Amino acid sequence: MTLVPFPLPVPSIDNQYWFDKCKEHVLVLQQCKLCDQFNHPPRPNCAYCGSSNLHWIESTGRGTIYTFTVTRQPVSRPLLGRIPWVVVEVELNEGVHMISNLIDFQDEDLQIGMTVQVVFEQVDDDITLPKFELVA
Amino acid sequence: MTAKNNIKDKAAIIGIGETNYNRESGRSELEMAVEAAEKAISDAGLTSSDIDGILKFTADSTPQGELAACLGIPYLRYYGELGPLGGAACGLVIQAAMAVANGMANNVMVFRSVNGRSGARYGSGVVTTRRGQGTSAFTEPYGLLVPGQSSAMRARRHMHEFGTKMEDFGGVALAFRKHACLNPKAIMYGRPITMDDYLDSKVFFDPLRIFDCALEADGANAFIISSADSTFSSSEPPVFIMGAGQCLPAGVGDRGGNWDENGASRLAPELFASAGVKPEDIDVVGFYDHFSPVIITKLEDYGFCNRGEGGPFVSDGRIELGGQLPVNTSGGHLSEAYLQGMNQIIEVVRQLRHQSYAQVDNAELGLVDSGDGSGALILRR
Repeated sequence: MTLVPFPLPVPSIDNQYWFDKCKEHVLVLQQCKLCDQFNHPPRPNCAYCGSSNLHWIESTGRGTIYTFTVTRQPVSRPLLGRIPWVVVEVELNEGVHMISNLIDFQDEDLQIGMTVQVVFEQVDDDITLPKFELVA
Repeated sequence: MTAKNNIKDKAAIIGIGETNYNRESGRSELEMAVEAAEKAISDAGLTSSDIDGILKFTADSTPQGELAACLGIPYLRYYGELGPLGGAACGLVIQAAMAVANGMANNVMVFRSVNGRSGARYGSGVVTTRRGQGTSAFTEPYGLLVPGQSSAMRARRHMHEFGTKMEDFGGVALAFRKHACLNPKAIMYGRPITMDDYLDSKVFFDPLRIFDCALEADGANAFIISSADSTFSSSEPPVFIMGAGQCLPAGVGDRGGNWDENGASRLAPELFASAGVKPEDIDVVGFYDHFSPVIITKLEDYGFCNRGEGGPFVSDGRIELGGQLPVNTSGGHLSEAYLQGMNQIIEVVRQLRHQSYAQVDNAELGLVDSGDGSGALILRR
C-alpha cells in the first residue's frame, strides 16, 4: 500500500540553503555573529538581537527528545494507512528545537530525554529531510 | 516597554446573541451570522441602524459587508479583522473597545459564524495546514498537522516536568461535561461521563483522548460593544471591559522550546494590572479550551496556582460550579461547542448578568481568554 505523503516542504529564499545542505546530508543552523545565538528555522534576522549578520554553522546533529506525540487517529481519512505515527520535538545540543520523526524504534520504548542523532531521508530529487535515530 | 494600558472601564459588552449549536446546521455561515447578530442587537436594545462597526475573525467566511447588507446597514464607519485561526475573540473585543472609546464607532459588533463540524474541520488539518509553506516547511513534512498534536506534546512535557497525570486532564474534561449537563444549549447536554469512561476512551494524539479535544460544531455568536458612557437602552446590565491584554509570541523553534510558547503567562501581568485586580478576585473564568491540558497550564499562567500545580488544582472539584474557581460553566469548547473563544465570552457575560444555567453566586468579576493566551479580558458587571 502506497502511503499518502505528508505535505512536502516548499523551500523559500529564506531557507533554501538549509534544504540544499540537507541534500548533502549536512544539518546546518544559523548562528548570529553579534550575539552568538542559534536560530531555527532560518530567517533573515536573528530572533534575539535583530542582527542580519548571521552565518551558517554545521550542527552536531545530536540532541535529546524534548517531547513527542503518537498520533493514533488519522486526522483525515487519506492518512489512515499512516497511523500510528510519531512526531518528536528534538532539543539539539546547540539549544534550538526541531520538529522531526524518529526512524527504527519501538513506540513503547520512547521517553523524553533520550539521546538522538540526525540521519537523512531522501524523499524525492528535490527534498531530503533530517530525521533522528536513537543513540544507544 | 511597559506603556500604561488605559483600557479600564472605557467600553462595555451590551448585547449577546447565539444560534443553537449542532453538528450539521444545514445553513450557510452567513445565514447563521445574521441570526446571532439580530439577537445581539435586540439584546442590546438597539436596532441594526445603530451598528456602525463590524469586526470578524480572519478565518471567518462571512465578509463584514455581507453581514451589514443582510442587516440593512448601508455602510460601516469602522471594520476590521484579526487572525490567526481560532485565537481572535478577545483581541477583537479589545479592538472594538478601542474603537468605541475613541469615537471611531458607536456600537461595534464582533461575530463568528462557522460550520465547524459539517464544513471544513479544524481537526482534519483542512483549515490549519499550509501545505509545507513558510514555517510549516519545518513541521508538516513530519506529520505535525493539527493543533491537537502540538497540545499533546506540551501535555507530555508537563507530565514529565511536574508529574501531571492523565487523570488530571480527565478532571478537566469531567468538570466541563458536568457543566454542559446543566446547559440545555450544550451539544453534550444529557451525556455525563465518568473517569472510567474517560480513561477507556479512544486515544487521538497520545496522551490526548477524544474527550480532551474541542467539540467541533456548527453555530454562530455575536456581541456588541459600546462606549462606557453610552446611554444604555437594554434591560440587561452592561458588562464592562475592566482589563485586557494580548500576546503574540515571536518566532518558533529557537528560544528553547518556543514551539511550546504560550502567550498567557506573558500577558497576565498586564491583564491584571490594567484591571487593578488580582487572580484571587476573579469569580468565574472562561478559558479557551481547545484541549483539556491547556486549562492546567492556563491556571498556572494566569496565577491561579503555582507553576506545575495545575494538575492537582483541577482535582477535587475546584474548577466546578460550587468550587473555588468555576471554569467554563457552559461546558466550554470540550462539551458545549467549539466556537473559537466566542461562546466563552458569551457565558462569562451571562454569568455577570446572573443568568447562567450554572450560575456562580454573586459573580462580579470574570476572566476570559482566547487561543493559547493570544488575548484575554477581565469583565465586570
